[in-house]
Amino acid sequence: MDIVVCVKHVPETAEAEIAIDSSGKGIKTEDLVFDINEWDDYAIEEAVLMKEKHGGSVTVVTVGPEEADRTLRKCLAKGADRAIRLTDKAFEGSDAYATAKILHKTIKDLPFDLILTGTQAGDDGYAQVGVILAELLGISHATMVKKIEPKEGFVRVNRELEGGLEQVMEVKLPAMLAVQTGINEPRYVSIIGIRKARTKELKVLGLGDLGLKEEEVGESGSWITVEEMFIPPVEKEAEILTGGLDEIATKIVETLRAKGLI
Amino acid sequence: MTELFVLAEHRRGELRDVTFEMLTKGRELSQKINADLTAVLIGHNVKEFAKRLADHAKTVLTVDDTRLEDFNAEAYQKVLSHLISERKPLLTLIGHTSFGIDLAPSLATELNVPLATDCINVDFEEKKPIVVRQVYGGKVNVKASLRTSENYIVTLRPATFEVQEAEPLGGEIIEIPSPLKEDIPYKKFIEYFEPPAGEVDITVADILVSVGRGIKDTENVPIVEKLAEALGGALACSRPIVDKGWLPSDRQVGTSGKTVKPKLYIAVGISGAFQHVSGMKNSDLIIAINKDSKAPIFRAADYGVVEDLFKVVPILTNKILEEKKSSS
Repeated sequence: MDIVVCVKHVPETAEAEIAIDSSGKGIKTEDLVFDINEWDDYAIEEAVLMKEKHGGSVTVVTVGPEEADRTLRKCLAKGADRAIRLTDKAFEGSDAYATAKILHKTIKDLPFDLILTGTQAGDDGYAQVGVILAELLGISHATMVKKIEPKEGFVRVNRELEGGLEQVMEVKLPAMLAVQTGINEPRYVSIIGIRKARTKELKVLGLGDLGLKEEEVGESGSWITVEEMFIPPVEKEAEILTGGLDEIATKIVETLRAKGLI
Repeated sequence: MTELFVLAEHRRGELRDVTFEMLTKGRELSQKINADLTAVLIGHNVKEFAKRLADHAKTVLTVDDTRLEDFNAEAYQKVLSHLISERKPLLTLIGHTSFGIDLAPSLATELNVPLATDCINVDFEEKKPIVVRQVYGGKVNVKASLRTSENYIVTLRPATFEVQEAEPLGGEIIEIPSPLKEDIPYKKFIEYFEPPAGEVDITVADILVSVGRGIKDTENVPIVEKLAEALGGALACSRPIVDKGWLPSDRQVGTSGKTVKPKLYIAVGISGAFQHVSGMKNSDLIIAINKDSKAPIFRAADYGVVEDLFKVVPILTNKILEEKKSSS
């Protein structure tokens, strides 16, 4: 099975201090650590697992600046065969729709049975790119995928629904599947492993190579324009317990006792 | 007349809450821009739903077809693109749910209609929607506009808009013949699958101590488990702990797990993504322990402790055990 995996290089913000940049439309990224988008890490793992089991090839594709090569090399080290990075000044400011158009121009000429990506990205959280890409390619799709079983000409997938329920669907191949976290256990790759993967092919393509016009991408080719970014207003804030560790623990115990919880 | 669509969401014979949340928001918007509010109901044998929706919309459009009984994005997209092309609603609201995520982006692409997803607010400036979304795990909000168009699609985050009691609208129910001509060749619904229940039911516990990503390693989970035991409560967790296989999925609190409402909920090392918070925000007393003072969990909690969990949790556990010993 030939698989294309779409990945994104994103800042890790779960434990980081975040500040709005001077444009008011983005965040300061200088001090942030970038890595593969968490959902996409499960997508590349799933692709490599399928290749190991059924044979075929894995091509990993991203839209991003030179730094995104780190994420691509990580994917190559995990077992992808080749990588493609799509980059151009004109791509800046692209939303999910414009990004999907850029991916479409590249992937339409690649041989594939399956496209895998993460259900969403941890930065902008649109949860759109894979599905738009599938529609542009005229192929079927499923999102929030927790389990994939390849069959003859189709895949059987479990989609995650709310409340712990799943929906089993059969999806005709070729198909785009957007996976949910937890579908597998992404492997760890060492720095040495990433260095060794340097011999694998990493191709860089731009606007002209893809036959795209400037107005089709970036902000002008997007559905959404960011007007303003801001730290959410605080509607309700917890009462922060202060003092030494012992003092804090005592305060909690007193609160619980007063409420009859101990 | 300008029209606003709200796509009713239902599953296994029940209308989902997000439907009424969207209708509440839709009514507010329709009054603001003087538009007609229309509920769109796609399914099979859904007459009872139509009657309920008629209280909340001026018109209820129903499309009944056996192929629409269970959600299938392919079939739903065919029906919705037909309805939107025919009636040209200015705005179509869809839930940012598992169904909406599977449906909205391909529908918008097919119709070439701008789409904004996972919005926590939507408003109109002139006849153009302005949305608010959350990015970077809820730490930053974005105000965004959509490209000028005749029609728009917006998906709304569930459990964000409070359902308001309002005067029943007594809407007219219109049955539209199913536009599905041939089979649905690409996607087939097979069945629902419910993971088997485990030994602990966290939805009935009075006290829950819940562990999140901050615990860093599966070997550290007992630190939090001991606190749960000291309190006589049950151990729960946020999504990353289940994803990593450190605890079974029946311990997971949040939209994709369980919704809980204990007397006491202690969140340990949980950042507080909305998916988690919407599963526990109605707990009577919420205490959050997290070393990041900006973690969104502190917006849901009553009391917060901004400390390293590895230092504070063992001390708290000991204090509770001492307290219990001295009072018994």
